[in-house]
Amino acid sequence: MEAFLFYPFAFLAILGAGGVVFLRKPVRALLALVLTMFSLAVLFFLLQAPFVAMVHIVVYAGAVLVLFLFVIMLLGIGARESRLGENARKGFLGLAFFVPSAFLILLLYLFSPLTREPLQPVPGSPESFGKFLFTRYLLPFELISFLLLIGVFAAVALASSRTLFEEPESPERI
Amino acid sequence: MVISLTWLILWIPFFAAVLILFFLLNRPRLAGWIATGAMFLVFALSGILFLQGGIPEQTIESSIRWVALPTVTIEFGILLDGLSLLMLLMVTGVGSLIFLYSQEYMAGDKGYPRYFACLSLFAFSMLGIVLANNLVEIFIFWELVGLSSYLLIGHWFEKPEASEAGKKAFLTTRVGDVGFLLGILLVFGWLESGGEGTFNFTRLQTLLEGIRQAGDGGEALRLLTLAGLLIFLGVVGKSAQFPLHVWLPDAMEGPTPVSALIHAATMVAAGVFLLARLFFLFSASPFVLSVIAGIGTLTALLAATLAMVQNDIKRVLAYSTLSQLGLMVASLGLANPQAGMFHLATHAFFKALLFLGAGSVIHALHTQDISKMSGLLGRMPVTGWTFFVGTLALVGIFPTAGFWSKEEILGTAYRQSLPVFCLLLLTTLFTAIYMGRVFARVFLGEPKEKKTPGDPSWAMTTPLWLLAFFSLAGGFGPWKNFVPLVHEFHAPSFVALLGLGIGGGGLGAALYLYTFRPEAVARIREIAWAPRKILERKYYMDDLYEALIRYGQDRFASLCDLFERIVVVGFTVNGTARLTRWMGHLVRGLQTGRVQFYALLFSLGVTLLTYGLLLWSR
Amino acid sequence: MPLGPYFVLSAILFALGLAGLFLRRNLLLILLSIEILLNSANLSLIAGSARWGDLTGQVFAFFGMTIAAAEVTVGLALAILLFRNANSVDTKEIELLKG
Repeated sequence: MEAFLFYPFAFLAILGAGGVVFLRKPVRALLALVLTMFSLAVLFFLLQAPFVAMVHIVVYAGAVLVLFLFVIMLLGIGARESRLGENARKGFLGLAFFVPSAFLILLLYLFSPLTREPLQPVPGSPESFGKFLFTRYLLPFELISFLLLIGVFAAVALASSRTLFEEPESPERI
Repeated sequence: MVISLTWLILWIPFFAAVLILFFLLNRPRLAGWIATGAMFLVFALSGILFLQGGIPEQTIESSIRWVALPTVTIEFGILLDGLSLLMLLMVTGVGSLIFLYSQEYMAGDKGYPRYFACLSLFAFSMLGIVLANNLVEIFIFWELVGLSSYLLIGHWFEKPEASEAGKKAFLTTRVGDVGFLLGILLVFGWLESGGEGTFNFTRLQTLLEGIRQAGDGGEALRLLTLAGLLIFLGVVGKSAQFPLHVWLPDAMEGPTPVSALIHAATMVAAGVFLLARLFFLFSASPFVLSVIAGIGTLTALLAATLAMVQNDIKRVLAYSTLSQLGLMVASLGLANPQAGMFHLATHAFFKALLFLGAGSVIHALHTQDISKMSGLLGRMPVTGWTFFVGTLALVGIFPTAGFWSKEEILGTAYRQSLPVFCLLLLTTLFTAIYMGRVFARVFLGEPKEKKTPGDPSWAMTTPLWLLAFFSLAGGFGPWKNFVPLVHEFHAPSFVALLGLGIGGGGLGAALYLYTFRPEAVARIREIAWAPRKILERKYYMDDLYEALIRYGQDRFASLCDLFERIVVVGFTVNGTARLTRWMGHLVRGLQTGRVQFYALLFSLGVTLLTYGLLLWSR
Repeated sequence: MPLGPYFVLSAILFALGLAGLFLRRNLLLILLSIEILLNSANLSLIAGSARWGDLTGQVFAFFGMTIAAAEVTVGLALAILLFRNANSVDTKEIELLKG
């Protein structure tokens, strides 16, 4: 039954990722990624990680990608269409395909011992996850929240329209 | 006490030079007095040494160990015997007078303090040669003397002829010095192979004596001959013997007191001194002695012929010096060091006198050309009469000092080698002729201009008086016997009369002809135009040397230049730069400025690394 | 079911993410590609956690997500800044590091 669910959603995930790489319009690429996110969430469910799956949806599809969308649609940044492959000469393209493929093969090879392993029961419910998190990984949890705070500060400092020091003049287009 | 005095004598002029160089370059008058005072002090100290007695009967030596290596020891010391005492008195005596003279002669010169610093340096170097007790030390001072000479000849270095002359002097003597050094090393190496290497003079003498006693023939003789010839090369250079004589006439570009001191009395005499010092070495090989005698005689004759056609008063004296040096060298080659050194001492007096007298004339008239001079005897009596005394001494007229020393040499020649004797008589004739010519042209006859200035002041005339006195009285002092007599060369008295006759006759004839019969002189000049031409071109020796340099050395130099430009500069220096720039150009292609490209390269690197690690750990 | 396929999927997603990183010109889309990379890693972690029965993998995936969120925040702020200065987020046009 699991396999029955796995393959379609795996396929959708790959489709979405491919969309990010190949779609021309940025908004569509973004939506493709949303598709990937949801598919991955389903897969997480299949792997006995319900809590993580929900957090995944909330954080990524609900926050991160929305943020991207805001930037694209409200600020108009990066709203233009762009195509692949205009970036460079043939050599570059070739390499750009070669390296990921090579890495893929490498990873597949490394993962091969794990091919036949079966699942084992994992206490993935929110309650047990919470217990685990707040006992063994309490310190990292606190640190992570601190990191988020810093991220907020950084973003505000960087992008606020009132600059902190002096007015930058806009340079010519490079 | 004697030893400390001697060390003082050596070092005082050095400190005078240093003092002037560091502190007194802006106080010319003080510099002059310090230098002169130092020389007079050193002369006084030498006088004390003399009066103390003890020398030359005994020899005093003192040294410190300077370089001590496992294989060789070099010392730095002083050797005080009759020979060095004679030279000491002569160098310091004549030197002090010349320092004094210089104060007036060089007054107003821009380089006045520098002049005295170099003079003091020279005095130090010359005294070093005289007092040295081993070959290495004497070589060092030998080179120093060459350096001082270069500095002094080129004193007026803004004049291109002067700086060229300085270079010529230095380079020519250098050729000789190479031989000298080779000879030193040869001797040392040979003795070292026998287990007894040394540079010290007294030890060398003992060793050589021992070898001679042992009667070993062949190898020792060949080696000593070679060494003797090599060291004689140094003498040939420094004392301007043929064929390395070409620098001395040009050296007259220097100030006249310099010519008097260095090129009449002291530096050029250093070669003769070396011959005397190392006589035990040269006398071991009869072949070497004959070579020495031959070259000496040849130089004497050659120079005397050249002196007859010079128009520059200093050049006449320069060639005269060459000729007299040849006499001294010949005397040593004829195995009579005592006579040679005696003549060296007397020659120092009258030649310095002649130069200083010439300087007086030059100082007054601002020219050195005798064709512009005439009838100066009336206006400059002191200069004129002292010059005459010097002339008499040079020609060898009784009872001047020159007579006594020349007679000794002639006597030795008569006893040792008749051909040499005849050539030396011929030289005496020519000597008389050229000196008569000069004296007549400069001092006799009608004065050309009425307003010729008179004699200079006391600073310049006092040395003239003193030197004239010694030129007359110098034949009668005890110093004649300071140098040990090697062999008694008693010549029949007719030799002396012959010399006197030729000299006096020649002198008288020349004086008469040039004063009263100028038309006869002109006729002779026309008839003998061919030899005249050869003489004026100095036997084409300068041309020969120049051609040698142009075709030999210059070609080689341009070859080296080519090599340097292509290989050294083009290949290594520029090549490295080009290589670096090319490599940089290559690597630059990697810096596209596009971040994704960089990211690609990173991942490529990681991929390759991981693959590599995987494969390697197999 | 065996866990193999999950890892295979993770590898494929990773490769796709890399390709997107290299090939896209729009800076924002490059950032999205980076998100794909992070997600593939998360997938691996969760699958691994299921393999060994240990919750640690999930906890790490959780942390990873948080960090990804912070990173996106700062990254977008930088992109906005870049756009203000250069008037473009096209990587082909921004070659300040060239030479």
